[in-house]
Amino acid sequence: MAWRIWQGRRIPLAWLMLTRQPVRLAVALAGIAFAGILMFMQLGFRDGLFDASVTIHRQFDADLVLMSPRTMSSIGMASFPRRRLVQTMADPAVRGITPVNWSLLLWRNPDTRINRSILTLGFEPGDPLFLDPALARQAEALTQRGRVLFDERSRPEFGSIADQFRTGEVVETEVAGKRVRVAGLLNLGPSFGADGNMITSRETFLDLAPTSPPGSIELGLIRLVPAADSEIVAQRLQRLLPPDVTVFTKAGFEEFEKTYWRTSTAIGFIFTLGAAMGFIVGCVIVYQILSSDVSDHLPEYATLMAMGYPLPSLLRVVGREGLLLAVLGYLPAYAAGLGLYALVRSGTNLPVYMNTDRALVVLVMILVMCLASSALAMRRLADADPAEIF
Amino acid sequence: MGIVVQGLCHSYGKGAMTRQVLQDVNLQIDRGEVVLLTGPSGCGKTTLLTLVGALRQVQHGSVRVLGQELAGAGRASRQRLRRRIGMIFQGHNLLRCLSAEQNVQMGADLLPGLGYRARRDLAREWLRAVGLGDHLAKLPHDLSGGQKQRVAIARALAAEPQLLLADEPTAALDSRSGRDVVELLRGLAREQGCAVLMVTHDPRILDVGDRLVRMEDGRLVRSVAEAVG
Ligand SMILES: Nc1ncnc2c1ncn2[C@@H]1O[C@H](COP(=O)(O)OP(=O)(O)OP(=O)(O)O)[C@@H](O)[C@H]1O
Ligand SMILES: [Mg+2]
Repeated sequence: MAWRIWQGRRIPLAWLMLTRQPVRLAVALAGIAFAGILMFMQLGFRDGLFDASVTIHRQFDADLVLMSPRTMSSIGMASFPRRRLVQTMADPAVRGITPVNWSLLLWRNPDTRINRSILTLGFEPGDPLFLDPALARQAEALTQRGRVLFDERSRPEFGSIADQFRTGEVVETEVAGKRVRVAGLLNLGPSFGADGNMITSRETFLDLAPTSPPGSIELGLIRLVPAADSEIVAQRLQRLLPPDVTVFTKAGFEEFEKTYWRTSTAIGFIFTLGAAMGFIVGCVIVYQILSSDVSDHLPEYATLMAMGYPLPSLLRVVGREGLLLAVLGYLPAYAAGLGLYALVRSGTNLPVYMNTDRALVVLVMILVMCLASSALAMRRLADADPAEIF
Repeated sequence: MGIVVQGLCHSYGKGAMTRQVLQDVNLQIDRGEVVLLTGPSGCGKTTLLTLVGALRQVQHGSVRVLGQELAGAGRASRQRLRRRIGMIFQGHNLLRCLSAEQNVQMGADLLPGLGYRARRDLAREWLRAVGLGDHLAKLPHDLSGGQKQRVAIARALAAEPQLLLADEPTAALDSRSGRDVVELLRGLAREQGCAVLMVTHDPRILDVGDRLVRMEDGRLVRSVAEAVG
C-alpha cells in the first residue's frame, strides 16, 4: 500500500511553486509566524492571568473549602461563623480543619512610605495551611504578636523587604497603621487580585483588622481521610450545613475564582480579541500571497488544464500550498512562543507556559487560516481558461 | 480516424456584437497524417484549433476527434479527451518553477498505471529524443527559445497523444531552429502514428506537411495537397 502511494507520487508542484520564489515564501512565512506569535502571546497572557488568579488557592493544604455564599472572589472575601467549620468535624471523612482569615490590608513600603494593598492571611500557627512545608518550619515565629511572614515574590513596589531581611536587618513597617516586623520569607507568588502576600497569626490578624468579628473567618480548609471522594463529601457537608456557607472542592474553589475573573472582567474578551486580530491579519497576508501566487501562475494552470489535468487536481495544488505554508509558518511561531513565554515569566512572574492545548489551538487556527485563504484563492483558478492560451 | 470536422460554424460575442469566425468548415485528418493550416491573421485558425482540441464548446456543426463527438460534450468529457491530445503553443508555456525534466514529466504523469520512476525515465527519454539529454535539470529560464520549444514538444509527446495540435510553434524561433523543431516534431509524430494539425504563417516550413490547408475569412478555401506533394 505504502509502496503504491510512493510509486504514484507526482512532481511536488505546490512545494516547487512556493520554494522557487523564496522572497514571497519568506514574506508569507513571516506573516504566518507573526500571526501565530500574536495568538500565542494573547492566549498565553489570557490563560496566564487566569492561572495567576489562583496562585494562592493552589497552595492550600485542603481537599474541601468552606466560603461564605456572599463571597464572589478573593478580593472580596465575606465572613461566616467559624463554628460552621467545626461542625464539619462531625463527618467521619473529615480528618482535619484549618480556619483562615483573609483580607486585603494596606502595607507601607518602608523605603518610599507609599501604601499598597497586600493579601493577608491569618491562621493559628501550628495548623497546616500550605502544601509546601516551608511555612510550617517558620510558623513558630508567628506566635509572637506583630510578626509576619512576607512573600518574597511580591511585586517590588512593596519595598526591598527580602533583600533587607537577608542581610540580617530588622525589617519593620506598618500594616493598616500598626507596626509589624518581618519574621521570615515565603515563596508564594503574586496573584491577579493581589500584588503581594503576607501571612500572620490569627491573633495579629485581628489586631491589624479590628473590624473583623472574632468568631468569624473568611475561609475554612477541610482535609479528608485518604479514601474519601471529595465530591461526595462536599455534597454531604453542604446538606448538613445551614445555607450560610458554601462547600467547594479544591478544584471547584480554583474554578470559582477563575470564573470570577473570566466573567466579571473584560480580560478574556480583550485577549481573545487580540488573538482574533492575529488570526485576521494572518488570513489577509496568506490570502494576498496565495492569490497573487495563483494569478502569477494562471497561464501555467491553464496549460495544465489544456494538457488534460482536471480542475480538482489543480485546486489541490493550491490547497497543498496553503497546508505547506501553515506547517512551515507554525514552527517558527511555536519556537518564538516558547522564547517569549520564558521572557514573560522572568519579566512579570506571570505563570505563562506552553501547554499542549494552546499549541494545538494555535496550530488549528493557523491551519484554518491557511486553508481558508487557499480556498478563497482557488476561486481565481476559475479564471484560468485553457482556450485562451493559444 | 483522427479528426472529422463537418459543417462547423463558430461565433464570438452575443446579440449585436456577434462575430462569425468560422463558417461551414469541413476537414478530415487521418492517423499519422501531418496537416498544415495557414491563412491570414484573424481568419479563425486558432479558433478551429481550440475547437478540435476540446478547449472550447462546439456551437454548431460536428467535430469528431479520436472517435469522440465533441458537439454537446461536457466539461469533464472534454477534459478526459484532452489527455489524448498533445498541444504545443505559440509561446512554449512551460512551468517556470519546474526543470526541463520535471516539465516533461508533467506530461508523462498523465499516463495511467506507471510508477514514478517509469514516468521519470520516460521524461528523460523524450528529452534525449529532442536532443536535450544534457539539459535535464535546467529551468526554462536558462534555456534558449528553441530549446524551450523542444521541451514543450517532449512534454506533449510524453503523454503519448494520438493527436498533436500546434499553433505557430516556430513563431518565437529563428528560421533555422524553427525548421529543426518542426522537422523533429514531424519525425516523432510519424513514429508514434499520431495525427498532426499545425497552424503556421511561416512560409519556410510549408513543405513539411503531407497536406496544406488554407483558410480565409473563416472558410477553408482549397485543399492544396497536390500542390505541395
Ligand atoms: N475569445 C475571443 N472573443 C472574441 N473574439 C475573438 C476571441 N478570440 C478570437 N477572436 C476573434 O476571432 C477572430 C479569429 O481569431 P483567431 O485567433 O482564430 O484568428 P487566427 O487565424 O488564429 O489569427 P492569428 O493568425 O493572428 O493568430 C479574430 O478576429 C479575433 O479577433
Ligand atoms: Mg492564432
